[in-house]
Amino acid sequence: MQRDKIRNLISITDLSVDEIDELIATANDIEKNPEKYQDACAHKQLATLFFEPSTRTRLSFESAMLSLGGQVLGFSSANSSSASKGESVADTIEVVGNYADIIAMRHPKEGAPVIAAQRASVPIINAGDGGHFHPTQTLTDLLTISRKKGRLSDMTIGLCGDLKFGRTVHSLIEATLRYKNISYVLISPEELRLPDYMLDMLSEAGARYEEITSLEEAMPKLDILYMTRVQRERFFNEEDYVRLKDTYVLTLEKLENAKKDLVIMHPLPRVNEISVKVDEDERACYFYQTLCGKHIRMALILFLLGIKAKEA
Amino acid sequence: MNIDGVNTGIVLDHIKAGKSMEIYEYLGLDKLSSCVAIIQNVKSAKYGKKDIIKIDEIIDLDLDALGYFDSNITVNYIKDGKLVEKKHAELPERLTDVIKCKNPRCITSTEQEIPHVFELVDKEKKMYRCIYCDTLVKLK
Repeated sequence: MQRDKIRNLISITDLSVDEIDELIATANDIEKNPEKYQDACAHKQLATLFFEPSTRTRLSFESAMLSLGGQVLGFSSANSSSASKGESVADTIEVVGNYADIIAMRHPKEGAPVIAAQRASVPIINAGDGGHFHPTQTLTDLLTISRKKGRLSDMTIGLCGDLKFGRTVHSLIEATLRYKNISYVLISPEELRLPDYMLDMLSEAGARYEEITSLEEAMPKLDILYMTRVQRERFFNEEDYVRLKDTYVLTLEKLENAKKDLVIMHPLPRVNEISVKVDEDERACYFYQTLCGKHIRMALILFLLGIKAKEA
Repeated sequence: MNIDGVNTGIVLDHIKAGKSMEIYEYLGLDKLSSCVAIIQNVKSAKYGKKDIIKIDEIIDLDLDALGYFDSNITVNYIKDGKLVEKKHAELPERLTDVIKCKNPRCITSTEQEIPHVFELVDKEKKMYRCIYCDTLVKLK
């Protein structure tokens, strides 16, 4: 395939709103008619290159490809790859492009997938690059919201926790900004506020947003509550991490003033920011999100490989 | 002070006062065998003070880099004592290996021999964005 004809997914904005709608429609069809898709990627191979550990995202990609009848190869940490010998990202990608039809990569450095896309002869999916972007999590979140709310417009989204390093938050904002009438409530400690360039993006788009520190105060107005983990791996200083990690813990008590149809989301893994008692509340959707993640990744792999499922 | 006019060569005019040595070094003018004059703190009606660099030879100049240093610079090409072309350095749309990304989490901090590339996102604010990690840099 010619390099300039290859579609990649580096940032959520690589996809148009229409294309996201198409992916959501495919994911919904996959849920209803899985048998239509079970051999769609027969004889195709997905490489999962995880230079940074992640159980959930990697397994989601692998499960998605296997459910499409394809095969999977790859590594799950930089230590088990030639990166530990000092090989560059560009060289690794050049080599793996000879083995696989599509690559999903996670890397701790921001922008690593941009380099991969410049060098690869196959589609690249960014499965997370440092604190930067995580577009397939965003697709997962959009599918979850779409399924639970029946729409992607006209709602108030509360984003809570680590808004500074939380790449899922950045990608979700960038994606939802393209839909009508979305308001944002940004709930974080001062040290973990949304970065200025993201606030500029909100202002330039004319979006309504408020920054507050109290989760309880925000609760009654929210249609979506997106909780995040304070990520130890993003801190250079352990003391800062320890001081900030317990700032927000969602409990059943804090949900008392919430809307009855609130959708509680979390990209997982959870540490302690959502009490396990909340799991039993029907508004808790974070485990359902992981199922949505598999369906949307199946739809994405088909899209990037240009494969249409056979009609049943 | 008298400095001879250029017969055939280039005159970089309207350099912000104090910036000429930096530009001299960046353009590698010390490596030329021809005569190069750096004139600092010249009176300027427009800017108060300015620097000028005169090069006694026509060479290829990186106008993008000049624009990055100072977008007010004018580049005058002289042939046989006559001004034959005048160009204005402008803020370039793309800067390649002119500035480095300072984000320690950026892939450019570890990946060897990849160009540091920034794209202009706001001309008025002189704001550039790293194409890899999106870090914004405001030029002084």
